[in-house]
Amino acid sequence: MSATAWSWLVLLFPLLGSITIALGFKALPAKAAGVIGTVSIALAFACGIAALVSLLGEDPEARHHASSLWDYASVAGLDIKLGIFVDPLSIFMVLVVSGVSTLIHLYSYGYMASDEGYHRFFSYLNFFVFSMLLLVLAGNFVLLIVGWAFVGFASYALISFWYRRETATRAGMKAFVINVVGDIGLVLAAFLIFRELGTFDYGAVFERAPEAFSTNEWTIVAICLLLLVGAFAKSAQLPLHTWLPDAMEGPTPVSSLIHAATMVTAGVYLIARTHVLFELAPTAADVAAFVGLATLLVAATMALVMTDLKRAIAYSTMSQIGYMIMGVSIGAYSAGMFHLMTHAFFKALLFMAAGSIIAAMANEQNIDRMGGFGKAMRFTSITFVCGALALAAFPGTSGFFSKDEILAFAEARGGMYLIFTVLGYVGAFLTAIYAFRLVFRVLPGKPVAEAQELIDTGHVHHAEPRNPATGELEDTDVGFPGPEHHIAEGSLPMRVAMGVLAVLALVGGLVQIPGRDEVIEKWLDPTFEASALADIHPSLAQDYVGLGIGGFIALAGIGVAYLLYVSRPQLPRALEGRLRPLHTLFANKWYFDEAIDLLVVRPALAIGRFANRTFERVVVDGLVNGTEGTVRGASGVVRTVQSGFVRSYALLLIAGLAGLALYFLLSSS
Amino acid sequence: MEEVLFFASALGALGGAVGVIAMRNPFYSVLALIVHLFSLAALFLLLTSAFVAAAQVVVYAGAVMVLYVFVVAYVGEGGEPAWEPIPGQQFLAPLLGIALFVELSIAVLGSALLALGTEGPDVEPGFGDPAAIGRLLLEKFLLPFEASSILLLLAAVGAVVLAAKRREEAS
Amino acid sequence: MSIEWYIVLSSLLFATGVIGILIRRSPMVILLCLELMLNAGNLALVAFSRMVGNGEGQVFAVIVMVVAACEVVVGLGLIVAIFRRRLPLNVDDLRELRG
Repeated sequence: MSATAWSWLVLLFPLLGSITIALGFKALPAKAAGVIGTVSIALAFACGIAALVSLLGEDPEARHHASSLWDYASVAGLDIKLGIFVDPLSIFMVLVVSGVSTLIHLYSYGYMASDEGYHRFFSYLNFFVFSMLLLVLAGNFVLLIVGWAFVGFASYALISFWYRRETATRAGMKAFVINVVGDIGLVLAAFLIFRELGTFDYGAVFERAPEAFSTNEWTIVAICLLLLVGAFAKSAQLPLHTWLPDAMEGPTPVSSLIHAATMVTAGVYLIARTHVLFELAPTAADVAAFVGLATLLVAATMALVMTDLKRAIAYSTMSQIGYMIMGVSIGAYSAGMFHLMTHAFFKALLFMAAGSIIAAMANEQNIDRMGGFGKAMRFTSITFVCGALALAAFPGTSGFFSKDEILAFAEARGGMYLIFTVLGYVGAFLTAIYAFRLVFRVLPGKPVAEAQELIDTGHVHHAEPRNPATGELEDTDVGFPGPEHHIAEGSLPMRVAMGVLAVLALVGGLVQIPGRDEVIEKWLDPTFEASALADIHPSLAQDYVGLGIGGFIALAGIGVAYLLYVSRPQLPRALEGRLRPLHTLFANKWYFDEAIDLLVVRPALAIGRFANRTFERVVVDGLVNGTEGTVRGASGVVRTVQSGFVRSYALLLIAGLAGLALYFLLSSS
Repeated sequence: MEEVLFFASALGALGGAVGVIAMRNPFYSVLALIVHLFSLAALFLLLTSAFVAAAQVVVYAGAVMVLYVFVVAYVGEGGEPAWEPIPGQQFLAPLLGIALFVELSIAVLGSALLALGTEGPDVEPGFGDPAAIGRLLLEKFLLPFEASSILLLLAAVGAVVLAAKRREEAS
Repeated sequence: MSIEWYIVLSSLLFATGVIGILIRRSPMVILLCLELMLNAGNLALVAFSRMVGNGEGQVFAVIVMVVAACEVVVGLGLIVAIFRRRLPLNVDDLRELRG
């Protein structure tokens, strides 16, 4: 079968899985839903591999195919097909998404096992994977927007999964609203593209764009900036990032899948896919790079002081995506995508391990209350450390190779881009610190009560389910881990998933060692070959120097973290005291939430109030009620004719007759 | 001769009509109507419509008016004022009536129908005879003839139903 | 006498009937005025029949008489029914058609 046929199957299986579970949830036993869900994604992954094999059998130049099922709209100059575009980049994304998703489904099979909403969870999760695959396989901007919107919906459904929890529903709404802001940007960009180029189809757009636009012409810059609005909203970059930490209200597998590996990478994919347009608008590309850099640093500072385990990892995600955005904006396409892949591995793993620890803590997420799990949960700790090592870019791990490749590219490009390299290394240093801050706070040390209970009895600590943010008692009717919380040590599927990811996080970087084998770069080459920027290659010397510096920084960061959190535990408090204003700034998330509330939310509410009180009540109601009153008055007048007196009716009859006769007389004379 | 008869009958018709609307006692109104009907019969004779004149006397003045007389006798009202329009329509009623008459007259007198000014064409001796009417009824106007028979039947049934003693009234 | 005279007389009688309906209150008298109007119509019909020269108008007049007879029967039946229920014989009191 051709690559495109396999790609259609890739889309079909998750959709079928979602629909089957959704329609059959009464009939299916709980485990069956989990199996169907996991198997559908595994099948999608298998079809992705088949498509890969099929593409490998072809000449690198010819590895791009478009295929469409039917015409979606072909009227008035529009020609939108339900079509996919299969090329190295989309297959790469398909494999990353479906591969990591399969492992996360496997993890959820164990983790969500006693949840009331088990079926709903797998149905939503499958639907999410389908939407994400649709997004990456889409062959025209309209289908991209469709996938984009579906992904946003799936994210909302999964964040507010435990919908009796008020913080969860609010977080879901927040995520959705910010995503919609991004959607608007994306849709406007699509409209502009259509207006300028007359088509939505990727192939046609990327062919016509270089001829239609001169470099940095304002239309193409506008298009790219609008695309960036969409990308930033989806990938949680400044300033549209405020939804991501709140999105940790959802179950841990959701955080792991959506907010680490897949949905937040959609923005990176978008920029990579539309790189032709971005190369025509260097201004916009630079804007994106600087935003990525800013996010990288700001998020790293926030992660340094975060006490909630999941939120700290969320900020880490934001920061790493900043790297990716920076990478694809400055032209390091394959490096950025490589980092996307490795990040998917280690971030998903970190979330999984965090989920296991939180389950052991009976849903307590504050790291200040954790400690000593190194002894209590061997497997979880080992995998957690593997993920943290990869995140910190410890020499030899996957994160090491991917992160430093981006920074080396920036250096090779030279000029202004050296800023990215320098500040990128600063960010890497901070990353190593906060990553191992988490490790050293949670794992070593004296075991806390829950950990002690685990060591002594082997049972997970039980507690009434409470909302970690507000502490209120929760309603478990609609879905909550039951009294039996699930930790990795107790569940084989969870161990399998985490084990595979740990291995990948450690050795996944070996596919792209500079100078030795450059599998990713070679694979993605056909997609980016037309790009001028992609020809910039760091020299081997630059690469290895970069790797050296990166490795040194990672070790330094780990050392600093060890110093702060293990050998001299009183130091953090002292530092906090000295740098109180900074600490407050970081801990309050740089006051972004407050700023958005002031600038956007309050004016919107004020407009709403005005619309209701003034416009609605006075103008609209006045019009409507006024009309009603007038009609009623008029009808009151007319009603007096219906007096009930037969003789007055007769009079009217005769009057009419006389009138008619008069008319005929006059008109004929 | 014809003019004298015409004016006499016309006066009788008019007088009867005015009597109908002006008399206080409804019985007197019925009597006035009978005078009016006879005058009309005379006018029909003047128009060489013998059968219609006869039908007018026999059916209308004979049967229908007898019905009226019986009902007036049964109901037995009388002595109410003659001028009782709906308040507010006191002037409108006569005004409209007169307006109607004036308009119709203008229509007739100013009409382009020249035949109106004549006495009509010469007709053969059998014009207006029962034979002629009968032939028309049974040949050309059979359907209206049958329809009016049904109508008569309906009226008879209706009358019986209306006049039947209701059970509650009996007790 | 030319036909015009008959037609004008007919319209005068018709107008008289109209006025009668509008100014009298007793249903009996109103029915009588209705008879007036019908007869005025008959006169016009017969006059036109003489003007045209065939008997169709007279046939029509006969049918009108039939209709008038039926209508009188029903109307008088109504009056009798009203009288039997001891309701006032006053057209203005029967006003349930009021809107």
